[in-house]
Amino acid sequence: MSVVAKTAKDEVARSATRGGWLGPLLAASIGAALIAATFLVLDWLGTDYAYLAAYTVLQFVVLATAWNILGGYAGYVNFGSAGFFAIGVYTSVVVYQTIQLPILATIPLAAATAGLVGFATGYLTLRLRGVFFSIATLALAIVLQTLIVNWDWVGGARGVYVLRPQTVPVFGSYARYLFAVMLGLAILSVLIARLVENSWLGQGLAAIRDDEVAAECSGVPSLWLKLMATTLSGALMGAAGAPFPYFITYVDPNTAFSLSIAVNTIAMPLIGGTTTWAGPVIGALLIGSLQQYATVTISSAANLLIVGVLLVVFVIIAPNGIIGLITSIRERRQ
Amino acid sequence: MAVSWDLLINAVLSGLLLGGFYAAVAVGVTIAFGMLDIVNIAHPAFIVLGAFIAYWLNSSYGIDPLLASLLAAPFAFLGGRALYRLYYYAFERRGEESLQGLAFFFGILFIVEVSLLLHFGVDYRTVEAAYIGPSVDLPFSLSVPLRLLTPLLVGLAMVLAIQIFLSRTFIGRAILAVSQDPGALRMVGGNPVKVKEIAFGIAIATAIIAGALLIIIQPVEPSVGREFIGRVFAICVLGGMTSLAGTVLAAMILGVAESITTTFWGPSWAPAVAFSILLITLAVRPSGILGR
Amino acid sequence: MNDLSRREALGLIGPALLATTLPLHAQSGQSLKIGFGMALSGGLAAGGKASLIAYQIWADDVNAKGGLLGRKVELVHYDDQSSAATVPGIYSKLLDIDKVDIVVSGYATVPTAAAMPIIIQRGKTFMSLFALAVNDKFRYDRYFSMLPAGPEAKYAFSRGFFELVATLDPKPQTVAFTGADAEFSILCLEGARENAKKIGLKTVYDRSYPPNTIDYTPIVRSIKAANPDIVFYASYPPDSSGLIKATHEVGLSARMLGGGMVGLQFAALKTQLGPMLNNIVYYEVYVPEPSLQFPGIEQFVTRYRERAAKEGVEPLGFYLPPFAYAEMQILEAAITAAGSLDDAKIAEQLRTKTFPTVVGDLKFGAGGEWAEPRILSAQFQGIVGNDVEQFKQPGKQVVLWPAKYKSGELKVPFEPIKR
Repeated sequence: MSVVAKTAKDEVARSATRGGWLGPLLAASIGAALIAATFLVLDWLGTDYAYLAAYTVLQFVVLATAWNILGGYAGYVNFGSAGFFAIGVYTSVVVYQTIQLPILATIPLAAATAGLVGFATGYLTLRLRGVFFSIATLALAIVLQTLIVNWDWVGGARGVYVLRPQTVPVFGSYARYLFAVMLGLAILSVLIARLVENSWLGQGLAAIRDDEVAAECSGVPSLWLKLMATTLSGALMGAAGAPFPYFITYVDPNTAFSLSIAVNTIAMPLIGGTTTWAGPVIGALLIGSLQQYATVTISSAANLLIVGVLLVVFVIIAPNGIIGLITSIRERRQ
Repeated sequence: MAVSWDLLINAVLSGLLLGGFYAAVAVGVTIAFGMLDIVNIAHPAFIVLGAFIAYWLNSSYGIDPLLASLLAAPFAFLGGRALYRLYYYAFERRGEESLQGLAFFFGILFIVEVSLLLHFGVDYRTVEAAYIGPSVDLPFSLSVPLRLLTPLLVGLAMVLAIQIFLSRTFIGRAILAVSQDPGALRMVGGNPVKVKEIAFGIAIATAIIAGALLIIIQPVEPSVGREFIGRVFAICVLGGMTSLAGTVLAAMILGVAESITTTFWGPSWAPAVAFSILLITLAVRPSGILGR
Repeated sequence: MNDLSRREALGLIGPALLATTLPLHAQSGQSLKIGFGMALSGGLAAGGKASLIAYQIWADDVNAKGGLLGRKVELVHYDDQSSAATVPGIYSKLLDIDKVDIVVSGYATVPTAAAMPIIIQRGKTFMSLFALAVNDKFRYDRYFSMLPAGPEAKYAFSRGFFELVATLDPKPQTVAFTGADAEFSILCLEGARENAKKIGLKTVYDRSYPPNTIDYTPIVRSIKAANPDIVFYASYPPDSSGLIKATHEVGLSARMLGGGMVGLQFAALKTQLGPMLNNIVYYEVYVPEPSLQFPGIEQFVTRYRERAAKEGVEPLGFYLPPFAYAEMQILEAAITAAGSLDDAKIAEQLRTKTFPTVVGDLKFGAGGEWAEPRILSAQFQGIVGNDVEQFKQPGKQVVLWPAKYKSGELKVPFEPIKR
């Protein structure tokens, strides 16, 4: 390749990661192309099944990306993702039982509620070691579940039915509509993650991840940064939960607080790669699709086994995930 | 709510009995996490594994569950050592921090649980033994089920044995040393890695024994371990991380708190109360009761 | 630390996106396909596996007779993992990709409820198995429920119990209730409280416990302290076991004890608890009593037991399997009478006809529930040891109510085993 062309390519690449004007434009156009392509492919396959399966996969993209903002960027592991997801789910249920807003209006409410809880949890525990934060998130999920189970108005342990319309204007089938909503959320979350990653927030979090004490000594306001990350992460997880009642139509605490969500939300970024926004996306797309495939082919208990084994294998062999593997292959080639 | 002394005393007693069991469950985490800084989230999965080993030996060969767990303990010890070796080579040696290590144990937790599911299915399993069923009647209308008394005694005996081991034997003291200052240990000729390996093996062995205690108390199915993840770390933290006496104390407190809540305010709130204690401890006095 | 350019990252996402098409490449063939999700893992798996065996026995029977509408029957199923989340995907795959002709539900309420929107959207006729009160919200006219509880499920599980209480002399005064914080228990207790009020009982204890309770002794001790004449439990299998064990341990006695206890119908708990069950009054749907000798039931149970033994599933086969088999018998009869696979015609048949099955003649009424409920109140009597064979004989699980199926007399009081 000529020197000029190579330099231009490097320029584009460099500006792409550093966030000049060319980068976002590139991202936006590629993103738009991908969206159009996805809709076309799914429409061609023409079935609600494709939309529903893709909905679940995209939901994991949002969850994995959200988790990674705190887990990958700052190094604080959140074991209670199911709790934040469920906050989103039950906020949506409360809205359904009372003021009946459309999903698009419910999502910000759910995000705000979950974000608030994230803030509160962080405030209580982020002053301590990361491990205590993790344990606290675990405890939080259980406390939340107990509260919901005892709250009759949202169905308590009995569960609650959420009826949805058969068709939606513009989109046709409801499944297509849900898919579009989740696609929008996925793109939004990735954009937010990228924004955080390249901003002063992301740099501060990276400093905290590498050595919190040193970061504090050099003036990084670690508590506030961590709080912001926790709030943002929680809010996105809540947003992912908001359309869920309309997806399954029967919401009971066991489904909302499913441990499969907690495992997958951690496994996907770790397998994909935690240091950048692309890792959780890749992890979620791959593992999510794999699980959807497994659901309709082999027995399902093995489903979770696969996730567990993959998690362990990747964490041992490729601690920086798939992205890490590719980066190291590239580096070795250079 | 009228406080009936009869109910209160029995509630406290039940709580203490349960607490003895909780102590046995948590001592492995005190060693692994409190002393060695290994966040073994998978500890409850090994407890359930121990319960199923006891079930299998009991139902296939008629072996008493406690005896079964003692038979299994040496294998658990060796397995724990191997697991630590893997953890060390993959993470500690490279200096990879807790994120991947946590994820590793999380993965192990799932693999163990799902493997048990695939092999034994979802049905609840129980064991048969002479001390399961009868109760001992005491004055003041107290009644002590042997099914709860036995795990208390065995659990406390196990914790006591470990305490003696840690304070009287060379390896035990090396473990305590490693938890305080690995560098200093190296200087006096000890090998921190080998010492941690042995300590972790002991922790897993205690989990297997605690599993047998669990299945004596209640029927077990593969996913019950999840209920214990939070309880176990709560006890370790509340007890002050490195102190075995603290673990026992915290376990008793948790057991009594759950039992009293169950009796007077209804069982629904017991789990939340237990974990609220944890959150409050972390917020107010993170070093725990007997911690440094 | 990481130099992956955006282009490379997007380049990776492309193939990953393609991976999302993976699930669509799993397919099937010709013949009359009946599709469903079934719980083969998770909390409902014990019942799910037993039901699947019953369905498979039916499919073999039908094919041996030449098939349905002249076509070979093929069962297409996926594991719903006892969770609502997998169900929309499973049923849309069954209908859109596998192109099954008929759909039925899985086992129990949660997976069934989650399938309803797709079913209603496509106008499919839908039979469900042991799903509680699902159609109350949807009011779908092509829904038919194989649940002996009938249209007023919440009263059904305790009506027999309290009618028996009313026959006691002298009349009992007080009652204690407890149950899990979960769907069935809550519903059952609502009905039980009203049934108890109707006969003038005073409530002296009424508390619920979380589903993952370990130790039931505090609860039972509190009940004992309240000194009730009658004790009513509304429990799931692990709780039923724990409550009964605690009852004997604490030494709780009462004129009558038992209630809506799920799990006592399964072999696992019957053999585990053995003599601890004596004199407990509970509910059954089918037991081998002389008053319940429906045509074909004995042969079916025998064949079920052969297969169940091989697969290590519930060995007695009294609770779900006969009703799962009956569900398919009804479906077969309705399709044959309608002469086609048209959902409206099949639904018409199901709404109007009475169907002979291995659990008697059945007819559907309002909302698709059984026109005539048949939850039996039974009592364990004379259980000795923990052997399973005794439960295969009549006289151990005596039916006391309703009068139509009564096969013995009520024994009171309930006394815990002396220590």
